[in-house]
Amino acid sequence: MISLLAQISNGDDLYVAQNIFWWFFAIVTVIAAVKVVTTDNIVHAALHLVIVLAGVAVQFVFLGSEFAAATQVLVYIGAIVVLLLFGIMLTRGSLGDDGLVDTERRGLGALVALLLFGLMAFSLVDGFEDVLLPEDSRNLVEVTTPIDTDIDDDEFIRQTRGSDTAAIGDAIFESYIVPFEAVSVLLLAALIGAVVIARKE
Amino acid sequence: MSLSSLLLFAADAGPALPGYTFAGPWILRNVWLLPLIPALSFLAILFFGKRLPFKGAEIGIASVLSILALAIVANIAWFDHRDNYESEKAEDAAGLLLSDEYATVAIDGEPDSLLLSADAGEGGEAAHGSTAVRNEATWFQSGGQEFKVGTLVDGQAVMMLFVVTFISTLVHVFSTEYVAGDRRYTHYFAFLSLFTASMLLLVVSASTIQFITAWELVGVCSFALIGHWWEEKPNSDAALKAFLTNRVGDIGLLVGMIILFFSAGQTFDIVKINTMALAGEIPQRNLTIAALCLMAAVMSKSGQFILHTWLPDAMAGPTPVSALIHAATMVVAGVYMIARLYGVFFVGFSIEGSPVNPMALIGMFTLIFAGLLAFVQDDIKKVLAYSTVSQLGYMVMALGVGAWTAGMFHLFTHAFFKAGLFLGAGSVAHSVHSFDMKKDMGGMRKFMPTTYKTFIICTLALVGIFPFAGFWSKDEILVGTGGWGLFGGTGGNGNYTLMLIGGIFGAALTGAYMTRVIYLTFFGEFRHVAHHDDHAVDHGHADDAHDAHANHDPHEHGPAITIPLILLAGFATLIGLVNLPPGFITGNLESWQERFFHFYEPSAAAYFPAIAHGTPSYTLAIFASVVGLLGVGLAYFYYFVLVDRKSKAMGESLTELPNGPTSKFGILKAGHTLLVEKYYLDHLYTDVIAGGTKGPLAKAVYWFNQNVLDATVDGVGRTSVIAGKAVYEHIDQTVIDGAVNLSGVVSSETGAGLRKTQNGKIQQYAAYLFAGATLLAGVLIFVI
Amino acid sequence: MLLNQFLLLAAVLFCLGVYGVITRKNGVMVLMSIEMILNAVNINLVAFGAFNGTPIGSVFALFVIAVAAAEVGIGLAIVLLIYRNKKSIDFSEVDLLKG
Repeated sequence: MISLLAQISNGDDLYVAQNIFWWFFAIVTVIAAVKVVTTDNIVHAALHLVIVLAGVAVQFVFLGSEFAAATQVLVYIGAIVVLLLFGIMLTRGSLGDDGLVDTERRGLGALVALLLFGLMAFSLVDGFEDVLLPEDSRNLVEVTTPIDTDIDDDEFIRQTRGSDTAAIGDAIFESYIVPFEAVSVLLLAALIGAVVIARKE
Repeated sequence: MSLSSLLLFAADAGPALPGYTFAGPWILRNVWLLPLIPALSFLAILFFGKRLPFKGAEIGIASVLSILALAIVANIAWFDHRDNYESEKAEDAAGLLLSDEYATVAIDGEPDSLLLSADAGEGGEAAHGSTAVRNEATWFQSGGQEFKVGTLVDGQAVMMLFVVTFISTLVHVFSTEYVAGDRRYTHYFAFLSLFTASMLLLVVSASTIQFITAWELVGVCSFALIGHWWEEKPNSDAALKAFLTNRVGDIGLLVGMIILFFSAGQTFDIVKINTMALAGEIPQRNLTIAALCLMAAVMSKSGQFILHTWLPDAMAGPTPVSALIHAATMVVAGVYMIARLYGVFFVGFSIEGSPVNPMALIGMFTLIFAGLLAFVQDDIKKVLAYSTVSQLGYMVMALGVGAWTAGMFHLFTHAFFKAGLFLGAGSVAHSVHSFDMKKDMGGMRKFMPTTYKTFIICTLALVGIFPFAGFWSKDEILVGTGGWGLFGGTGGNGNYTLMLIGGIFGAALTGAYMTRVIYLTFFGEFRHVAHHDDHAVDHGHADDAHDAHANHDPHEHGPAITIPLILLAGFATLIGLVNLPPGFITGNLESWQERFFHFYEPSAAAYFPAIAHGTPSYTLAIFASVVGLLGVGLAYFYYFVLVDRKSKAMGESLTELPNGPTSKFGILKAGHTLLVEKYYLDHLYTDVIAGGTKGPLAKAVYWFNQNVLDATVDGVGRTSVIAGKAVYEHIDQTVIDGAVNLSGVVSSETGAGLRKTQNGKIQQYAAYLFAGATLLAGVLIFVI
Repeated sequence: MLLNQFLLLAAVLFCLGVYGVITRKNGVMVLMSIEMILNAVNINLVAFGAFNGTPIGSVFALFVIAVAAAEVGIGLAIVLLIYRNKKSIDFSEVDLLKG
């Protein structure tokens, strides 16, 4: 943590703004996440979950993966949260507070979560203490750069389009076409499975 | 040019790996049609079969007839390709299709190469080696690894194409009458088609992953067909047992194939794996482990000891299915795999020059063991099933001793006569509505003359009587053992004397148990009518349609059943002539010798080991025949003389001598010494020889088989109930009881303690899960 | 920016998700917590992808999102089934596994 703070005070202009925004979104995300797992109102929990998911999408943007961010917004916030809200409506009469949303296992849960976090934090700080992310090279490619015809296709696409979306598309439809097809079959199976499980006899 | 440089070249330019070509006759490049047609027929039967006038059977028969025609065309094209390959290659080279390096035996420059010795003894034969025809396409790719699907057509593939399509055609025809009126008639034909498609896919596979796919499809089809009449518990149990036992072997298959994949530089290419194995580019240790793993797969699929137990049970399926799956095609999948990956097995088991290896041992043990078991079976199909296991043992043993051609030739001939025997058994059973020889058969030769004659012919072929098919292939296996320094012969890849003895002994067993079957089924008096009512075990007919005439005498069936029988009997008689041993005939017809060997063994390809061929001798052939006939003779004496005489004396149709050999022994000892003298022969035959094999020994083996092996295999797969039962029957109950009670008390006490944590609350379990994971991660981080 | 800031944020979200899975009574809320755990994993995937300069991290994050969609579908179907049978989605009442 100290090194993180030190990094902000480094005086690197480019990173100060980014870091301020990052900390803002990170804190909002964590607070919302805490609310998701502690609030007694299930609808509030769902709405806080929206904030968490949006915060994660922002993290994706920070990491230079706009496509993942867009998908996160569309699929998670657009579809999954709506699905969850449907679930809430179908399984509860009233939408007010529900005094008994938590079990008696709060202590156990907190203990396990803290232990887990302590362990992860230790190993992360121990392992990646000062490792910097590489600079986002896309920003450095000037639009006016003459296109080098000797470079291979991937590089060409990356330079000319300036986005990782094309690279993701290439990766999915070339190297990972089989997992992709497997996921499509999985979705179909889930579709049928959900219908079979949930339908009335 | 060294082999490795050839391989490097191959990696760059693709088609130049020695031993195969991408050119060749059209049909050989497009054998993918053969699996495709029955696969489409499967879908067509499934979706439209019920609406058609013959309930889908016509689609199945049309598809198998068309692929039979294609298979014959492919064989003819292969013969032409095999003989004229050199000139073809020249043409191709002229057309710039292929490069100079593309020579089948371009490795001759390396004196220490394994391949140099290829066919050194065969002179001109090697000059135009058999060059497989390939065709392939990228199936899919994942993570940079390309998965090819393709066809690899060489001698063994076209041979199997013919066998599978031919047997499948006859089985389809036979089935139209045999399962007529069955409630799942359409479903039955659909699965016959799918089975044929899977087997053909396996036969033409060019990559191991495709091979595994086809292998599993074959397993699924056998499951569906064995359990065709699943309403009866034993049938569905048998299907499950077959499937689960095969799963045990499949693990070996997967592990073996994965080892080969990584050992051969991440390739699924069967040719490349073989080539690298033979060139010594894969460590011997890897090959041995892979070969052992693959052997487990062979043991389950091809019913080798100790994983053979499913095969006799699998006779619960309809008889034509038994003929197709459990005699001629599916069970030989394992044998075929050995032949396909022969480079791996040849090097992995050090077949050349060694006196013994696991594969040959397993084969030999299986052939004797299963032959003994066949004596105590009353169910005609089970006798044939054990006979199949025994013959598969011959094939595996042949491959194990390096007699590749002999093993494949036996596979080839066995397919015809065993299919004939199974269909003949089916024909008999179709009449008497039972498979029990002792209760429901006897004297059938009067009622079913065609079945009787064809059954006799196929039996002669199985027993290996000159000049029927089995004689030639069995003799070749014995020659191939190379262990017959005993008889002054030479050749073979090692000195497998043990295998030679086992093989000859197996021939005697075969003769004896088949004579027993013949007597019980076709001779004596018909025993069925007397206890028809209380004997309702009728696998052959889940439908009751035939009960109307069940009380009449059995009768011969129509052409749908007899024509396949006659055809198979004809093949059983003549097919052995396709591989006459060298020196058997001379003169103008000399070129008719060793045709099978000439066309079907990949004699000079880089992916095939240089195996030596033994020279046959009359001494060995005559000796083996005499031993086989001795087996026949002993059984003949027991059944056709002793039992028959007793039957006539007692006025009823007996199946065994009424007094057990032991009790007779007691009487004789107390009786006249002269009579004792007279009955010494009797005693010798019944007690020592017949009794010794048929009685205690066979029964002990059978007991071992049923109670120990069966239970083990079952226990692995599904249930410990059978094991528990066997143990309960055979081991002192109180000991078991005490142990059970003790373990009960212990688990009850422990359970009571642990029960508090098992409160059924999933989230608490989740908490334990995460806590446990945290602890383990902590151990990993801080301790290790 | 540091790699660790993303990884630590992901760790926080993950642990909060674990806490939620253990403590929440309401089935739908358990599902929400699981979604948070999956999102934490996704941050890790994308962060390591960016760290190594490859799009593969994002590719796997997309796969996880797709699988999560399937998981929510099935999960909600199960919750609805439980609700229909027990007129409650209190997971502490679902103890058929009790030994």
